[in-house]
Amino acid sequence: MAVTVSIPTILRTHTAGQKSVEASGTTLAEIIEDLEANHGGLKQRLVKEGSLHRFVNVYVNDEDVRFTGGLDAAVKDGDNVTILPAVAGG
Amino acid sequence: MLVIRRELVDAMVAHARRDHPDEACGIIAGPEGSDRPERFVAMDNAERSPTFYRFDSTEQLKVWREMDRNDEVPVVVYHSHTATEAYPSRTDVSFAAEPDAHYVLVSTRDPEQHELRSYRIVDGVVTEEPVQVVESYMFAHTGVDDTPDGS
Repeated sequence: MAVTVSIPTILRTHTAGQKSVEASGTTLAEIIEDLEANHGGLKQRLVKEGSLHRFVNVYVNDEDVRFTGGLDAAVKDGDNVTILPAVAGG
Repeated sequence: MLVIRRELVDAMVAHARRDHPDEACGIIAGPEGSDRPERFVAMDNAERSPTFYRFDSTEQLKVWREMDRNDEVPVVVYHSHTATEAYPSRTDVSFAAEPDAHYVLVSTRDPEQHELRSYRIVDGVVTEEPVQVVESYMFAHTGVDDTPDGS
């Protein structure tokens, strides 16, 4: 399943500056493994101790995957995956 | 240096005062590459806390998509401190993920007099910058693009 992944500015150092890359997989976990295979270093920015980093937002189409299964969220051909670092502070 | 129209400064301060004692937060979008804050977008603080703020993730996607459609970027990311100075906290620095943005802090710790300061936060390093408040961008030196827009 080929999907388009939007990469935020701060992670583009891992994708040679590209703001959008392709990846394959049927779940978000597989997509992230595929991204890591082609763009090393991305996975550790997204996943911590087996689950998605608390302050990175990942959306499949327009849904935050926190509501659709996290790393187990299903992904199909033609879907858009968007990654946005959470904007937060104190 | 942050060059910014007065009405946008007033909007940030008004938002901070309105949400006090919770932290207020939002962005000011501007055309990509212009470094010019134009469009004020107050965001909801999903934490509703006097010491922490976080953009609601669904709202953030909506706002970021809108900026994409408009060829805009977040030129200013602002939030308020309600009991401390207008200086980025360690938390602020660890979360800063927009290397091209001006991070504006507004402090509402004093009910009469607000503080507003601006910073660049890149790779964990905070650099304060002067804030130049202008009435319009037409005749102000904006840095990269010196000439007023054609139309």
